[in-house]
Amino acid sequence: MSGPTSARGAAARWGLNVYAAIVLVYLFIPIAWIVWFSFNQPKGRYNIVWQDFTLDNWSAPFKNEGLTDAFVQSLKIAAISTALATVLGSMIAVALSRYSFRGSGGFNLFLVLPLTTPEIVLGSSLATLFLDWDVTRGFTTVVIAHIMFQVSFVALTVRARVRGFDWTLEQAAQDLGASPVRTFWKVTFPLILPGILAAALLSFALSIDDFIVTLFNAGSLSTFPLYINGSFRVQFPPQANVLATIILVASVSVLLIGVIRSSSRRPTSR
Amino acid sequence: MATAHVRPGRPATRRADLIGLGALLLAGALIAAIGMRLLTGSLAALATALLVAVVVGLVVIAVAGGPETRRRLAPYGLLKPGMLWLTLFYLVPLFTLLRTSLSTLPSRFAVDAEFDWNFGNYADAFTDFGAQFGRGFLYAAIATVLCIVIGYPLAYVIAFRGGRWRNVLLGLVVVPFFTSYLIRTIAWSSLLADSGPIVGTIDGLRLSGLFEAVGIMDNGRLINTPAAVIGGLTYNFLPFMILPIYVSLEKIDPALVDAAKDLYSTAGAAFRKVVLPLSIPGVFAGTLLTFIPAAGDFINAEYLGNPNTTMVGNSIQDQFLVQNNTPLASAMSFVLMAIIAVAVLGYTKLLGTEELS
Repeated sequence: MSGPTSARGAAARWGLNVYAAIVLVYLFIPIAWIVWFSFNQPKGRYNIVWQDFTLDNWSAPFKNEGLTDAFVQSLKIAAISTALATVLGSMIAVALSRYSFRGSGGFNLFLVLPLTTPEIVLGSSLATLFLDWDVTRGFTTVVIAHIMFQVSFVALTVRARVRGFDWTLEQAAQDLGASPVRTFWKVTFPLILPGILAAALLSFALSIDDFIVTLFNAGSLSTFPLYINGSFRVQFPPQANVLATIILVASVSVLLIGVIRSSSRRPTSR
Repeated sequence: MATAHVRPGRPATRRADLIGLGALLLAGALIAAIGMRLLTGSLAALATALLVAVVVGLVVIAVAGGPETRRRLAPYGLLKPGMLWLTLFYLVPLFTLLRTSLSTLPSRFAVDAEFDWNFGNYADAFTDFGAQFGRGFLYAAIATVLCIVIGYPLAYVIAFRGGRWRNVLLGLVVVPFFTSYLIRTIAWSSLLADSGPIVGTIDGLRLSGLFEAVGIMDNGRLINTPAAVIGGLTYNFLPFMILPIYVSLEKIDPALVDAAKDLYSTAGAAFRKVVLPLSIPGVFAGTLLTFIPAAGDFINAEYLGNPNTTMVGNSIQDQFLVQNNTPLASAMSFVLMAIIAVAVLGYTKLLGTEELS
């Protein structure tokens, strides 16, 4: 390529790079706000106008009792629902990617449907079910609801991760005399584990942050997002920012550990 | 039962896959029937017994059958728990939603609606909340287009120029979304507030006239405007656009672009004729993942909008949880889902993409 074109090309390249950099910064603007305002000393009950720098909120992150209780509920719900959904979802993912069988197309489609249904429809329809059954909505119904959307999510995520998996390894293990059960735990499971853990982490984050589906099925139960929403008319404590920052740092650390570990020993699966 | 050809003498089934599929579908139908209360009393007990029998029967066949039978039944066994969960807590609720939407509340304060084929709820949904439906879809559509415009270049740069920093850059796209959705939206409401930094900057640069002229600002305000709601939606769903586009761009062999250039294509033409068509599946998936949740969202409208920018999600939430008018809320939910389903089908036809999942 000659003079003018390549000069224009270089300008376009730089323009695009700058644009991408601006978008990345844009993604972090509210995050910076959240972290920054966790160090604020608000006047009154609303932590939305900058006053003074303080470490008080970080030294007493659990000062706001209602918020802390709600946060603990969120952690409990996320732990239970993630554990169950990860098992159910991973089983589906293995079934769909390991075997070819009748009806797999239909099951695939059925799996995608919950993720292409707006959350408000998921939440309100499940609430009509519980109303119909005369079930009081609370902790259990929220766990049930979270598992429902997490199963699809885990199954699709794990399936995507094991797509390049070499299933003949199982054959090899069995040719060498391993029983199917032993083959699974010694060969298959360790290789698909990173994918399963990634899916579990993401679905834990989905659960802890879920607002819409939870709102419809929580009854009088309060979770972290529900508490913030419910009390926003009277208060927005800086501890909310502290807890949100803790969630952020914790999930990023887990993510980083995963990346470092997987890059130190590359598994066969992509 | 036919005898197994693998290990003669052991009972096995040649059509194990049909048995597995049939058993799974039967179990799903039974659980749905029980869940929908189509079967009550002794019939429900019978159905439960049948359900247990199906599961036990499958286990027996799998244990007694030869390796071939076991292998063929395995996928259905693995699918069963998750699929039954989805049947009971995703599929059945859609039925009860439909039923509730055709019901009537006996009195204003009644909790249980009575099913009586009341189509009036659908009429009410359209006459009373037509504006909210319109706004919901309009805002979601604008936000989706903005997500493509903002997200595509970033996905492109990461995929083609990220080099060994690709995964780090991709991680940076995802990281912000590990903080609470609600608090992120509250953050925007503070950032866009009248005394906030953004309005301050615009005023300082004396650009408020310009922003008013293009309809972003209203009376010198950013917060509580349609633009703020759309901006919130755009921000909150942006990664759902960036990630699928990145995935489709990453699969493109850079040699294809080089080949186009070798054949005297300009960079722009190579993009239009090679890269863009190959990235359409990503744009397609991203559009679905952005538009569908945005159309049903009510958080952005609640925290960033005003009473005249409410979306259909706000109305459903209000009718269901505040006014306790579950039949009307159910009717609106159902209409929302139906419109989205039709839109997705039409869009799929338009782009002709097979890679839905």
